Amino acid sequence: MRPDIFSTALKRGAIWAFVVLELIFFSIAGEFFAVTDKAFMDFDNMLLLLKQSAPIGIIAIGMTIVMINGNIDLSVGATFALAAIVMLDAMTWPIFGGLGNAVIPFAWMLALLTGVALGAINGLLVWKTGVDAFIVTLGAMLGYRGLVFMYNGEQPTSHLNWTLVDFAEAQFLGLHTASWFLLAVTIVLWLVMTRTVHGRNAYAIGDNREAAVNAGIRVGPHIMINFMIVGFLAALSAVVFYSETGSVNPNDGALFELWAITAVVLGGTKLTGGSGSIIATLGGVIAIQLLRKGLGHIGADTETVNLVIGLILIAVLFLDRQLNVRTRQTLRT
Amino acid sequence: MTDVRPALSLDRIVKTFPGVRALDDVSFSVLPGEVHALMGENGAGKSTLMKVLGGIHQPDEGQIIVGDQPVVMASPLEAKSKGIVFIHQELSLAAELSVAENIWLGELPRKSFNRVDWPTLFTQTDAILKKLSVRFDARTKVGDLSIANQQMVEIARALTVDAKAVIFDEPTASLTDAEKVVLFDVIDDLKAHAVGIIYISHRMEEIFKMTDRISVLRDGQFRGTLTTSETSDEDVTQLMIGRKLDLSRNETHHEVGDTAIEVRGLSCGNLYKDVSFEVRRGEVVGFYGLVGAGRTEIAETLFGLREPTQGMILLEGKETSIRSSADAIARGISLVPEDRKAQGLVLGMNCRDNMTLPQIDDLTAGPFVAEGSEVAIFDQYRDRLDIRTPGWKQLVGNLSGGNQQKIVIGKWLSMHPSVLIVDEPTRGIDVGSKAEIHNLIRELAAHGYAVIVISSEMPEILHVSDRIIAMYNGNIMRTFTSDEVTEENLIQAISGIQGDQTPRSEMLMTHSDITST
Amino acid sequence: MPNVSKEQIGSILARQGILIAFVLFMIAFALGNARFLDPDNLMGVVRSSAILGVMALGVTFVVISGNLDLSVGSMMSFSTIVVLDLHDKIGPELAIPSMFAMTLCLGAFIGFLVGYLRLNSLIVTLGMLSAIHGLTLTYSGGQNMDIADKEGTWFSVFGQGTALGIPVPILMFALLAAVLGIILAKTPFGRKVYAVGGNGVAATFSGIRRARIVFLCYLLSAFCVATAGLIQASRSMGSQNTVGQGLELEVLAAVILGGASLLGGSGTVFKTVIGVLILGFIQNGLLLMGLQFYVQFIVTWVIIILAVWLDIAAKRGKLWSPIA
Repeated sequence: MRPDIFSTALKRGAIWAFVVLELIFFSIAGEFFAVTDKAFMDFDNMLLLLKQSAPIGIIAIGMTIVMINGNIDLSVGATFALAAIVMLDAMTWPIFGGLGNAVIPFAWMLALLTGVALGAINGLLVWKTGVDAFIVTLGAMLGYRGLVFMYNGEQPTSHLNWTLVDFAEAQFLGLHTASWFLLAVTIVLWLVMTRTVHGRNAYAIGDNREAAVNAGIRVGPHIMINFMIVGFLAALSAVVFYSETGSVNPNDGALFELWAITAVVLGGTKLTGGSGSIIATLGGVIAIQLLRKGLGHIGADTETVNLVIGLILIAVLFLDRQLNVRTRQTLRT
Repeated sequence: MTDVRPALSLDRIVKTFPGVRALDDVSFSVLPGEVHALMGENGAGKSTLMKVLGGIHQPDEGQIIVGDQPVVMASPLEAKSKGIVFIHQELSLAAELSVAENIWLGELPRKSFNRVDWPTLFTQTDAILKKLSVRFDARTKVGDLSIANQQMVEIARALTVDAKAVIFDEPTASLTDAEKVVLFDVIDDLKAHAVGIIYISHRMEEIFKMTDRISVLRDGQFRGTLTTSETSDEDVTQLMIGRKLDLSRNETHHEVGDTAIEVRGLSCGNLYKDVSFEVRRGEVVGFYGLVGAGRTEIAETLFGLREPTQGMILLEGKETSIRSSADAIARGISLVPEDRKAQGLVLGMNCRDNMTLPQIDDLTAGPFVAEGSEVAIFDQYRDRLDIRTPGWKQLVGNLSGGNQQKIVIGKWLSMHPSVLIVDEPTRGIDVGSKAEIHNLIRELAAHGYAVIVISSEMPEILHVSDRIIAMYNGNIMRTFTSDEVTEENLIQAISGIQGDQTPRSEMLMTHSDITST
Repeated sequence: MPNVSKEQIGSILARQGILIAFVLFMIAFALGNARFLDPDNLMGVVRSSAILGVMALGVTFVVISGNLDLSVGSMMSFSTIVVLDLHDKIGPELAIPSMFAMTLCLGAFIGFLVGYLRLNSLIVTLGMLSAIHGLTLTYSGGQNMDIADKEGTWFSVFGQGTALGIPVPILMFALLAAVLGIILAKTPFGRKVYAVGGNGVAATFSGIRRARIVFLCYLLSAFCVATAGLIQASRSMGSQNTVGQGLELEVLAAVILGGASLLGGSGTVFKTVIGVLILGFIQNGLLLMGLQFYVQFIVTWVIIILAVWLDIAAKRGKLWSPIA
């Protein structure tokens, strides 16, 4: 076996090894420092963890495909907030008056369409203007947030629908609704990326754009579709989350883009595109949430979570660099 | 053969770039079932011609005819659809995808819901791979394959279309002998299917073994087509080199001074081993060898960019340690690097700023850059080297290759180094500039500089060097004075024929093989 | 002939587009509301742009050297919290230099990671965004920081004072912009920053110590952040832990608006200042025209994309990208 095959395997499984390590660490450390009597690996605790991972997780899955494609989306947080407002507000629109709970699918649909539309705008701009996705979506992050504020100023938008709350809080086979959505999204997108022509082309475009163009792949539409998917998933994340809480502040979702990117990078997706895995991103999302809960479990200040995650992200980058062996004979440039 | 209609012909193709006539009235044709070699020195226009054929550049004049139809190819994709397929030197594969996906990239078979039809994909791929008799599986990730196998994937891709002409660009550069045999079988197979093949290579032995006819380019001009069986490598070389460039052997000898730089037992991992030599003031020492022989790596070590694993470097007789390029510059060593655009220049900067970059710390008035002194330096070297530019404000990226190279040379001359290293000083530049740079190198030596020249062009190395160090596989094989060097013994030395490390499997190099590199 | 004039317009737009846009905005706002050109109003805008502006100056160096800095927002929160906390503990005379030293340490750490270890700056500074936020929360225990005796300290001078009739934040911004502008345009260091960002390999082959230049750019950025934190703390005399949150992207927007390329090697301090002022004046002008504050977000989005788009369109000679 060639050594690099081993290192590739190690890298692919690394995020799950890290998750296991976290579980072991917090379980043992929890014996000594735990602030509660409950075991860390408690089943309910793990179920809750999955649910709490869902909002960022669903977005991170979308971020993964955009990054595999060689782009990035910084506007997902604003899209998340705008979709939430559309959903909550739509339920109070007069034209839907008298529909009763039948308004829910309409509200969801409108919110999801909003996400797709915002993603399409980003994708179209990246495609047609040739401006870097980082800049396009950085602008959109401000612009879409402006639209959020346009709705209701700095006031929160609220509409609690108890049917929705029941739906969101329901558990099926022990898993919460949000967890089901996260798992479903993971599986569907995994299938898309590994089984469909679109997914395979997306890898090719991110890996070697010139080769993809020369092979006759139409790069633009693929880019746009991926932006639409990430927009859709940001909106999906919002409808799932706000069905339960029923109230959205105009600043909600700020920094979500950064959390999502962190999860994706922890999962091993390259910033330059062409490689990455949906399943590994799920691992990255779970690792972050575990860390969050675990540190709380052993009584560390919740504040330290940010510190630890930031340093781990840098450490991962450092280790990755060290694994790609550098010898003394390397050119110093 | 004249009554057979060519698979592909070029008719009076002209392509100009600002300041360069890259292709000047080039015509030749490839018959079906023929292997047609395209030869020429670096910068002769081969790569431009290939880009025209591949739809990357559009010709200014002339036409391309496939079968009996004149065609216009606006993109590489269109070239492929017209039946012109490239096997590139630089591979264009997606490392994350499987062999099968790469071969059918852009044309993956589909099922409902845009799903990839894997069974069909693998069946199709297996059929092609079988023809190529390769050992890897269609499901293997391309990133896990060796370079040679990745090239096989490229070739397999060519077999998916109804190819009229297949163009191989240096296909054997990274192949082992066994792999070459497979490649040659594939080419024979294509030949049997009446495909026209253009074969670009510098390796004369392969050319004479594989091809039917040879067309030669020089300075962007078509120099003629020879029938392989009726010609010799001398004739081909004659056509390629021409008489335009004065490459007479260096006969001038002037006083050489003290040793400027000496290297004792220097090694750097397996890049080069136990290298010792010295260069005196007023002397030009040429380093000659095949690509990968370790010449550039030695230069980079002397310039502080690589850390030697063993040995010492002595400047003016004193042992010295060079830990960075800044150290090297401070000790009077300059390097004109191999890759002008990637290593030599900041293309988005103007001419003046590029030229003064290494000494910017010294060109100051108080804490500020003394722009007047900068302009003075630029003017001085613009005149001395005859750099053609509208003014110092011109971005270097807008200059021609020859003028860019002169900026790099000016940059290092203005440092007044005691040791000047030039790596492939005339790669990809026009004949006029070449001659100027050759003269300059001789002139610098006459003024007492110690000059090291690295070149892959034998006429160049013979023309400028007082002594020639022949390298093979990381070792110095022999040092020649200009009196004792002959083309034959130089070729033998760099092919590893003398000395112990001679791998017998290595193809025997012929004289012309080297001159054309 | 229409082609020629089109190209000329393109090249003028590419070189001076940001200035032209700035002037057009000013004219539009002046026509929209007479009060816009009122000196007090203009002064007010610059004053409120000073914090963003000071941070953008440092980030300009980082971006020109070919890197990104997403950590400036949370680093600014850190500086603000630290200086407010230390003010009451050791007095302003010691608090200010201590805060600068601590912030510079953070900058040095990032500079070490990106410059000497050559780690990807986007991920490093993303990680540091999170880590420094955590550090700030740990430092403050999550509590807001306030200066107890707001009247009895000269500390307010940096945010609220005036000198020569000009608010101190403006003076600090102007002074820093002038000094850094001269450093970037006129000194060997500035030249090397451009070289490293334009082609790092060629810079190394020219004897430039690339790692050191990148390191210094991050140090400089941290210095600017500390200055911004000082102004912020002094202006409000109390602060939340999240005061700088989100500023990193606004700062980047200003720098990009000024025409710096994310690929490195281009941009100037002067143009960044224009970028900052455009953002500030748009906000103010739109407010004066009776439009809500959120309109500026949308306008900013449009002009960022237009600015970059026109820039690259002029360079490639085509409005639309060639992507199929």
